[in-house]
Amino acid sequence: MTIDWNHFTPWSSLAGGLLLGLATALFLLLNGRVLGISGILGGLVRPRAGDIGWRLAFVAGLLVAPTLWHLFAQPTPFRFEAGWAVLVSAGLLVGWGTRHASGCTSGHGVCGLSRLSPRSLVATLTFMLTGFATVFLVRHVFA
Amino acid sequence: MNRLMEFIAGLLFGIGLLLSGLTDPGKVTAFLDVAGAWDPSLALVMAGAIAVGFFAFAAARRRTTSYLGGAMQLPASDDIDSRVLIGSLVFGVGWGLVGFCPGPAVVATGAGHWQALVFTLAMLGGMAVHELGARPAPGELVQE
Repeated sequence: MTIDWNHFTPWSSLAGGLLLGLATALFLLLNGRVLGISGILGGLVRPRAGDIGWRLAFVAGLLVAPTLWHLFAQPTPFRFEAGWAVLVSAGLLVGWGTRHASGCTSGHGVCGLSRLSPRSLVATLTFMLTGFATVFLVRHVFA
Repeated sequence: MNRLMEFIAGLLFGIGLLLSGLTDPGKVTAFLDVAGAWDPSLALVMAGAIAVGFFAFAAARRRTTSYLGGAMQLPASDDIDSRVLIGSLVFGVGWGLVGFCPGPAVVATGAGHWQALVFTLAMLGGMAVHELGARPAPGELVQE
């Protein structure tokens, strides 16, 4: 294993993580809900009356965040390699998988681990392992 | 008032994702590439988020209502079943293929990256496919 020190960003990543935790805490304590992105989006795919506004408000915040960021700072890096077929397939897999597991990196990874849920620990270890395995296969076996 | 709070939570979460580096698919795949030039930054994102989240959930467990008066909706089930295993397995493959998970994909769409928009639309399609064959999920009450 070699560590890529040139791209390692310990402070901004830690600070970003603290902000994610803060947003999660705010949402939980003020709204009473677990901040899970796939669940919030999933509820918009099958909308139910009276259960749409808060989801749209949250998603609007996500979408506006870069605009607010750009008022004060340079655009963040964006490196992307995959082609169309891989991009669409990956989107389908992430959408289906996160709904089937009732959570993604936020719902299981942040919230679930924060509340010491064994179900979320299993979820997080599983998607981390298949993420590692997928990148290994793509970059080092089939490359 | 609640809608404003949810908007601000989304805004804060989005800023956190931008600052952390998670909105850069190249950084995510570099984190997942332990056999290559490994960028461990994202482990610190998780550590930071959980350090705050742990205390938030500890406080939430002692309450039945939120500070704005709604019900405290914590997950009803912590059972480990085949759904959480299969779903997470499939999610991890998609995550590793391009380096997007749901939140960063939406934020990067807001930043104007067309790849993120295509990914987000495909992801919503995958969610819709799941809805077609869905039975009520364990803990469906909670929006994880």
